[in-house]
Amino acid sequence: MGRGTREYGLWSIGIILILIFALVPVLWIVSLSFKTPATIASGDTVWSSFWPDNFTWKNYESLFEGGIDESPFIAPLINSIGIALITTLISIVLASFCAYAIARLQFPGKALILAGALAIAMFPPISTVGPLFDMWRTLGLYDTWPGLIIPYLTFSLPLAIYTLVAFFREIPWDLEQAAQVDGATPFQAFRKVIIPLAAPGVFTAAILVFIFAWNDFLFAISLTSSDASRTVPAALAFFTGESQFTEPTGSIAAAASIVTVPIIIFVLIFQRRIVAGLTAGAVKG
Amino acid sequence: MSQIVLDKVTKRYADGFEAVKEMDLEVNDGEFMILVGPSGCGKSTALRMIAGLEDISGGELRIGDQVVNQLAPKDRDIAMVFQNYALYPHMTVRENMAFPLKLAGVERSEIDRKVNDAASILDLDQHLDRRPANLSGGQRQRVAMGRAIVRDPKAFLMDEPLSNLDAKLRVQMRTEVARIQNDLGTTTVYVTHDQTEAMTLGDRVAVMRAGVLQQVGSPAELYSDPVNLFVAGFIGSPAMNFMPAQLDGDRAKLPIGEVQVPPERHGAGGSDAGRQVIAGIRPESFEDAALVGEARSRGTTFRARIDLVESMGSELYAYFNTEGGIESDELAELAADTGMEETASSSEHTVVARLDAASRVTRGEEAELWVDSSKLYLFDPSSGRRLAHA
Repeated sequence: MGRGTREYGLWSIGIILILIFALVPVLWIVSLSFKTPATIASGDTVWSSFWPDNFTWKNYESLFEGGIDESPFIAPLINSIGIALITTLISIVLASFCAYAIARLQFPGKALILAGALAIAMFPPISTVGPLFDMWRTLGLYDTWPGLIIPYLTFSLPLAIYTLVAFFREIPWDLEQAAQVDGATPFQAFRKVIIPLAAPGVFTAAILVFIFAWNDFLFAISLTSSDASRTVPAALAFFTGESQFTEPTGSIAAAASIVTVPIIIFVLIFQRRIVAGLTAGAVKG
Repeated sequence: MSQIVLDKVTKRYADGFEAVKEMDLEVNDGEFMILVGPSGCGKSTALRMIAGLEDISGGELRIGDQVVNQLAPKDRDIAMVFQNYALYPHMTVRENMAFPLKLAGVERSEIDRKVNDAASILDLDQHLDRRPANLSGGQRQRVAMGRAIVRDPKAFLMDEPLSNLDAKLRVQMRTEVARIQNDLGTTTVYVTHDQTEAMTLGDRVAVMRAGVLQQVGSPAELYSDPVNLFVAGFIGSPAMNFMPAQLDGDRAKLPIGEVQVPPERHGAGGSDAGRQVIAGIRPESFEDAALVGEARSRGTTFRARIDLVESMGSELYAYFNTEGGIESDELAELAADTGMEETASSSEHTVVARLDAASRVTRGEEAELWVDSSKLYLFDPSSGRRLAHA
C-alpha cells in the first residue's frame, strides 16, 4: 500500500513538472496575445508580468483587418492549410502503397528502398534549399504551392513509410489470406480489410506529416516571396507593428496562438482513433 | 461439392527445400479427409496449396474436373478456416459472415437469409451484432466456421481449427464439426497434428511425414494395418511399443521371450535366419496372464517386474522395462517427431501394457503377463517398412 501510494505520488509530481515545462511557454504566448503593445514588457513579479492587465482582442482583430487583400494573416493561413492538407493526402496515399509492399512482399531492392528513405530523412534540409531555390526559379515553381508541396513530400514520405511499415507488419497475414479465400482480389483485400485495420497507423502517420508540413519554416521562408504561397510561419517574420517604432510582438503571439489550434484539434480527434485498438480480437488473443 | 485430386504435387522453396514431395491424394466428393503428421511435416503447406495461398512448384491440382494450379484463391470456390480464425476485427459477426457473399455480389435479402441460416446452425443468433473481440474462443471458432459455410463452397479447408481451444471445448467442437460436415456433405480437408482428432473425425486419414505421404486409409485401417514404423508409432494412444527382435523362421526372439509369429505377419522376412527386425506391440495386445482364457494358446506368457501401475478405472496401464535397445534411425526419428525422445534407443526400454481393470498386478512386484503374438507387427530396421505387408 505504502509503496503504491509513494510511487503514485512520484509519478504525479513528474507528470506535473513535465506539463509545466511543456505548457508554460504556450500559455505565455497566449497571454502575450491578449496584451496591448504598451504593457507587453510591464510587470514586476512573475505573475504580474504573465497576467494581461489591459485585456484586449486588438491583436487578433489586427490579424484579420482589411479582409483577404489587406490582412497580413488570412492569405498565409489559407496557404498553410492548403499546402499541409495536400501534402498529407499525397504523402499518406503513396506511403501506404509503399509500406504495404515493403511489409508484405519479398522483392529485390527492398532493403535499398528502406535505406534510401532513411537516408533522405537524415539529410539536412538546409543543404537542399540553395539548389532548390535555383531550380524552382528556372522551372517556375518558385513561390507556388507545388514548390513547397514537393520538398515537403520528399521529407515526409520516409517518415510516413517508416510509421506505416511498422503498423502494417502488426496486421496478421492470415486476415488478408482469409479475405482472398473469401473471394477478394488483392486490392479488395487491401481496401476492405487491411486499410480499416491500419487506420490507427494511417492517422498517426497523417498527423506526423501534417505537423511537419504545418510547422516548416525553412522551406517556406526560402522558396516563397509573396502571399501567393507564403505560409504562416514564414509570414510571421514579415509582420509589422502599428508604427515603425512598435514591435509586432502582440500580433505574432496572436497568430502563433491561432496556428496552434488546428494541431491541437487534429491530435485530439485522431488520438481516439489511435487508442481505439481496432485490431483487438482479430486472432486468438 | 467436388473431388479434390493432388497429382504429384510438390512444394519447393527457393532455397531448394522441399516441403511437400510428389504428393498423390484423392479426396472424394463429400469426404472428410484428415491430413495428420508431426509439426513441419508439410501438411499445412499441402492445405495452403489447395487453397491457393502457396504456389505449386510441381504436379497438378484439380478441384472438380478443373486444373486449378494457376487460379487465384478467390476463383477456386473453396472456404478455409484458419488456426487463429482470422476474423475481421472491424466487422461484426454478421458482417464477417456476409463478407464472402458480399464479394460474390449476392443480393442483400439472400445474404441476410444465408447468414441467419448459418447463425442458427452454429447457435450464433444472439451474437450477430457483436464484434469478434467480445466473443469467447469457442464463439470465435464458430464464427470462422460460419464464414466458411455461408458460401456453400466446393470444399472446406481447415487448418488446425480446434487447436486454440481448451481441452473440453475442443472435444465439444470436434463433435460439432463432424456433425456440420455430415449435414452439409461438403468435401473437407482437415489438417491436424493430433492423432486423436484424426482418428475420431475423418472418413479417411492421410499420414504425412517430412513432406512425404506415408499412408492413406480409414482410421481403422491405419490402426490395424500400418505400412511402416512411422504410421504404427504415430497412430494410437498410448503409442505402440517397439523392441528389438531376431526373426528365425516362424519364431521371433524378443526381450520378453520367444514368440510364434503367424506367417502373414512376417512374410518373406523369415526366410533368412537370424535376421534383426523391430517388433511392435500395441499396449492392448498384452494382458494379465491370469485373466486370459482360451486365447492363451495364441500367445506367449512372460514374467516382468512392474515399475508403475496407472489405473484408469476401466483399465490399467502397467509399465515395465525390457533389456536391449534398438539401433534404428527410423525409430530415433519417430521419437523425435512425436516428442518422445526418451524412448529412443536406450539400453533399457519402457513398455506399456493395457490390462483389464480386474488385474491384480502391483507396483514393484513381478507379474506374469501374456502377449497376443497374432497381433505382433514386424518392421525392417533400416527402411522402417512393415514386413509381410502385401
